[in-house]
Amino acid sequence: MIELDRLSRTYEIGGEPVHALVEVTESIAAGEHVAIMGPSGSGKSTLLHLVGCLDRPTSGSYRFEGREVGALAEAELDRLRQRRFGFVFQAFHLVARLDGLGNVELPMVFAQVPRAERRERAHAALEAVGLAHRAGHRPSELSGGERQRLAIARALAMRPGVLLADEPTGNLDTKSGNAVLDLLDRLNGEGLTLLVVTHDPRVARRADRTVILADGAIVRRARREELAQALTEWGLGVEPHE
Amino acid sequence: MSAADLAAYAGRALAGHRLRSLLSLLGVSVGIAAVILLTALGEGARRYVVDQFAQIGSSFVAVLPGKTDTTGAMPGVGGVPNDLTLEDTRALERALPQVDLIAPFVVATDEVAWRDRRRQVMVLGVTAEFAELRRLSLARGRFLPATELGRGGSLAVLGDRLARELFGNGDPIGAAVRIGGRRCRVIGVLAPRGQQLGMNMDDVVLVPVATGMRMFNRSSLFRIVIDVGPEGDVEAVKARALEVLVERHGEEDVTLITEAAVVDSLSAILDALTLAVAAIAAISLAVAGIGILNVLLVAVSERTAEIGLLRAVGASRRQVLACFLTEAVLLSGLGGAVGLAAGAAGVRILVGIWPALPAAPPAWAIAAAVVLSLAVGATFGWLPARRAAALDPVRALSGR
Repeated sequence: MIELDRLSRTYEIGGEPVHALVEVTESIAAGEHVAIMGPSGSGKSTLLHLVGCLDRPTSGSYRFEGREVGALAEAELDRLRQRRFGFVFQAFHLVARLDGLGNVELPMVFAQVPRAERRERAHAALEAVGLAHRAGHRPSELSGGERQRLAIARALAMRPGVLLADEPTGNLDTKSGNAVLDLLDRLNGEGLTLLVVTHDPRVARRADRTVILADGAIVRRARREELAQALTEWGLGVEPHE
Repeated sequence: MSAADLAAYAGRALAGHRLRSLLSLLGVSVGIAAVILLTALGEGARRYVVDQFAQIGSSFVAVLPGKTDTTGAMPGVGGVPNDLTLEDTRALERALPQVDLIAPFVVATDEVAWRDRRRQVMVLGVTAEFAELRRLSLARGRFLPATELGRGGSLAVLGDRLARELFGNGDPIGAAVRIGGRRCRVIGVLAPRGQQLGMNMDDVVLVPVATGMRMFNRSSLFRIVIDVGPEGDVEAVKARALEVLVERHGEEDVTLITEAAVVDSLSAILDALTLAVAAIAAISLAVAGIGILNVLLVAVSERTAEIGLLRAVGASRRQVLACFLTEAVLLSGLGGAVGLAAGAAGVRILVGIWPALPAAPPAWAIAAAVVLSLAVGATFGWLPARRAAALDPVRALSGR
């Protein structure tokens, strides 16, 4: 489904090139649950943005569902983000002035889904994340865990093939974090491809396999059973902050 | 994205900053209200003038001594124009039997005195036809009699205010007033009339035209007004009158003006004035536009992360542009609507204070106000909207 071949991304900061990703080659099959780990600045988020078509690679090839993404026009990338990818962010990125339903409907508004269908699908998505009773509440009235579940409902609204989550539990306590992870697991079980960037070994432990990045390159691939060892090797085994 | 969705999204965003939005909306309102109010005033002035002429009634041709247009004559030829005389009037009467009336008159300002009361007023030397020409009616007594043109007679008809100021509540009829050192017997008092074609008909004294010419030592009339009548052919009368006068004077030394020409030129002047005033008012709209520009620039920088999110969920640059442009147009459009309402209310108040002025915004001004208000939003919203659309989604998501 996702095939990366020697994918690189270089930024210019203050005239100096920064190699955020260096020749990353990786394949992710449909329905897989993959975690991306690595220290800060290792290029995890950049990889997620490239996969989600929010960013374009400097070199290399990215094939998504058989199509070379680098050759696509901007409008096609917009369409891919709209229809095939769902994003979940650490900071939730909910629109404060819209209520739960409004936030979930937002992607469908831009995708020109008819109003009635939009409403129906938003309710279904809220139901799926267990927030049907919070549809009329604004993000400020929700707990952190509820906010992230609302963001997941929004990501699901357009029925994407791939959910891209950037530190989805980074701002949550353990209990609500676990609820979010349970939800992601369940969605993965229903066939959704899941790509999760995380610092947290507990999050990675739920993935089928983990890809470890350092300085923009993949340095280790670990199946679930190898994860603990791999994290120790790369000094990532310690439970993060808090 | 449908227009309704765009409007709903933009409207919510504006409602999120009520005060800020209201203030920039107010700017547009003031500009639009100014356009409406000022054009209504200009249009009112124009209609007032046209109505004044309409009051006079049917079409007329005015004959003025002297030529105001440049002719091709050699210098030294022509020179001082011939007088416009009572003889000319008689010749016109003979040549134009079809017209309703011909009214020659002279004008001067002089002192009118009765006993120890003196007033400086406009003295009009007129004929009996003048009452009909100006639709004058009498409060008391009678108007100047229709006599042979050259016969004067020391008679006077007083304007309403002049009569009250000289005689108080007393009856002026039969009294002898002094006009420019000449004794005249008051035979009538005009009914109150007020301002008419720039003359206050309440503050005048009317004497026979021949008396007036002698009184002020004039050899030439001020005007001969020919009332063509409602059905008359103005241009034909004008041409014939010119022919008669050129033949009598041996050269073209008179100017003939038709009512239509006067109304047209006054109307054109006032239209230009209205337009100029509207343009000045429109400048305030540019200021309001800068207000919108400012509000939107702040909104774009505040909502950078939101813009990033919109791009992440699949909104195109064009859709982001549309969102912010809609906010701008919504602000200015609502401001325009409020301004239209305020302007209309202002016009009502104005008409309430000054009922004589038929002030109403012309249709073009209302249309222009609507178009302008939307254009202000679209123009000044363009830059911030472009900025929002150009944001890099990855950087925007992190609020940069």
